[in-house]
Amino acid sequence: MRFKRLWAILRARNLEFFRDRSAFGWNFIFPFLLVAGFGIIFGGKTYTEYKIGVFPAESEPVAIAALDIPPRFKEMNHLKFIGFPDAARGLEKLKHHRIDFLLKTGQGPHQYWVSDASPKGYVVEQMFRASLIPPENEPNAEKKEIQGSAIRYIDWLFPGILAMNMMFSALWGVGYVVVRYRKNGVLKRLKVTPLSAIEYIAAQAISRIFLLMFTLVIVWTGCNLIFSFDVQGTYLDLFLVFFLGSLSLTSLGLVLASRGTSEEFTTGILNFISWPMMFLSEVWFSLEGAPQWVKTFATIFPLTHMLTAARKVMHDGAGLIQISPEIMVLSMMTLGFLALGAALFSWNK
Amino acid sequence: MESILKVKNLVKHYRSVVAVDGVSFALQPGVCFGLLGPNGAGKTTTIEVIEDVILPTAGEIFYKGAPRGPSFREEVGIQFQSTALLNFLTVRETLQTFKSFFTQTAPIEELVELCRLGEFLDQYNDKISGGQRQRFLLALALINRPELLFLDEPSTGLDPQARRNLWDLIQNIKAAGKTMILTTHYMEEAQFLCDEVAIMDYGKIIVQGTPEALIRQHSSGTTVVMPRDRFTPKTDGFPLPVNTVKNNVEIKTDDVNQCLEQLIAFGIDLSDMTVRSPNLESVFLNLTGRQLRE
Repeated sequence: MRFKRLWAILRARNLEFFRDRSAFGWNFIFPFLLVAGFGIIFGGKTYTEYKIGVFPAESEPVAIAALDIPPRFKEMNHLKFIGFPDAARGLEKLKHHRIDFLLKTGQGPHQYWVSDASPKGYVVEQMFRASLIPPENEPNAEKKEIQGSAIRYIDWLFPGILAMNMMFSALWGVGYVVVRYRKNGVLKRLKVTPLSAIEYIAAQAISRIFLLMFTLVIVWTGCNLIFSFDVQGTYLDLFLVFFLGSLSLTSLGLVLASRGTSEEFTTGILNFISWPMMFLSEVWFSLEGAPQWVKTFATIFPLTHMLTAARKVMHDGAGLIQISPEIMVLSMMTLGFLALGAALFSWNK
Repeated sequence: MESILKVKNLVKHYRSVVAVDGVSFALQPGVCFGLLGPNGAGKTTTIEVIEDVILPTAGEIFYKGAPRGPSFREEVGIQFQSTALLNFLTVRETLQTFKSFFTQTAPIEELVELCRLGEFLDQYNDKISGGQRQRFLLALALINRPELLFLDEPSTGLDPQARRNLWDLIQNIKAAGKTMILTTHYMEEAQFLCDEVAIMDYGKIIVQGTPEALIRQHSSGTTVVMPRDRFTPKTDGFPLPVNTVKNNVEIKTDDVNQCLEQLIAFGIDLSDMTVRSPNLESVFLNLTGRQLRE
C-alpha cells in the first residue's frame, strides 16, 4: 500500500463531498430538522396522550372546566378532551380509533363507550373507573420518586437521530456511491492504474469516517446550543462510541459496495438493511416488552450497540468499562465487515 | 527486434457468445497498430483483455517478452471508449489525482501544452465539450509517460473538425516514438494514423498488414462514379462494365485514363463525376461483402 495513492483518492472523495452543495447541506440539515421538529412537537410533554370524546359539547376544543364529568377524571394528566354534539359523531370517531374513549356528560350513572380492540381505550377505561372511587376507599399505595433528574424525551431521542443519520450516510455514502462508480466506469478507469483495491477501499472508508465525525461534531454543537443536552458521562467516551459505530457502519457499507453494477438493486438492498436496522435499534422507540427473539435479532445490527453504548454514556454516566461489551462487539463487527468487503471487492462486476 | 506486445490465440466467451475467437498478433516498438472492424467485431473486448480489465477465456499475452506483471500498469496508458471520472474535480485536479497513482510521471504543464487543455484546465471534468473531453482523456492516458498506449475508438462521436484535431494530436504522440494500439470503425482514421492494421469481423482477425499492402492485395482498381442519367440509349455499346447503384452508375477500372477517354469518346458529360481510389472500406467490403458501418 502506498500512502500517496491512498491520499489522492481520499482527497478526491472529500472534495466531491464538500463540493456537492446540495448533498453536503442535507447531511447537516436533515438531522437538525428532525431534532428540532421533535423538540417542538413533544417539548416538555410526554408523547403518549389519550383522547377522550365527550358529548354533548358545543365546540370541539372543549372548555374542560365547564364539562359535567367526574372532577377527578377531569384533573388526570395526559388526557385530551374533544367535544362532539351527539353520540353518533363520537361513536364514528371511536370506531375508527380517532379517539380512545367516549363519555356522555352529566351526573351518574355515567355512560361511556370503549372499543375492545383498543389497548389505549382499556387503559382510559381503568383510569375513568378509578376516578370514580372515593379517595377514602383508594387502595393503600405509596408513591416513590426516581432518583436524579428525569431524562427528557429529546435527550433520549437525540443520540438515536444522530446514529440513524450516521447509518444512512455510511451505507449510502459508501455502498451506493461505489456501485454508481462501478456502473458508470470510474472504477474500471481506476483499475487500470497502479491503485490497488485495498488502497481504494481504505480511502473510501477513511473519507466517510472523517465526514461522519465532522458532521457529528457540527450537528451536536448546533443542536446543543438550542436544547442543552445533558451528558452524564464524558464527551471523549461518547466520541469514541460514535467513532467505533461509524467504523462498523462504514465497513458494512463497504460490504454492500463490494459487488454489483445495478443502482436499483443496491437501493433495494440498502433499504432492506437500513429500515429494519432503524426500527429495531431503538432509534425511535424502546424494544422493552418486545418478544425476546426481536431483541435478539436486533443485536445483529451495529446501530443497536452504538446506540446502547451512547445512551449509557449520555444518560447513565457510563465509562469505558461499562460499555466494554458494546465496544468489543462493534470492533469485531468492523473487522468482520472489512475482511468480507475486501475479499468480495470487484472493480467491474 | 523483440515485440513490445505479443498476443497468442486470444479467446473470450460470454456464455454462448464468442466475442474474441483466436486472435494473435505482435507489435514492434514505435508502431501504431489499428484494430479495424464494424461495431460488435470484438475490437474493444480484445484490447480490454490485453489491458487486464477483463479475463480471457484462453490465450496468452506477453508484454516485453514476459506475462504481464505489476510493471504493466505502470508502463501503459489507456483511454477507454467511454469513461466517467471522479465527480466534482476540475481537469487539473483529475490530472493531479491520476498523477499520484504512478511512479514515473509527465509534468502536467507538458500535457496541458501537448493536448491543448489550457482553456478548460480549471473547469469541472464533466463540464467540457466532446472534443475537449477526448483530448483530456488522452492526456490522462499519457500521465505516466507510457511505453504502450491503448486508444479505444478515440474519435467516436466527434465532429469532423474535432476529429481532425485529435488525429493531429495522435500524430504528434506517434512522432514521439510511442507504441499505440487503437481500435476504430473509421477506415479513414485507420488509414491516416496506423502503420499496421488488423481487420476484425465476428471476433476474428480476417486480414492484417499495412494499409497500403491490404489495399493493394484486396482492393485493386479505381471506381468512377457519375449520375445515372448520363447514360442514355445513345451510349449503348460502352465497352466497360457499368453497375447501377441507386441514382448513380459505377465503373470499376484498372486504367483511369483509358476509362475517361472512352467516356469522352461516347460524348458523356463528365461534370458531377467522382473518382474513388481503393481504401480499407473497400478491402472490408471485398472480404466480407458488407460495409464497415452496416
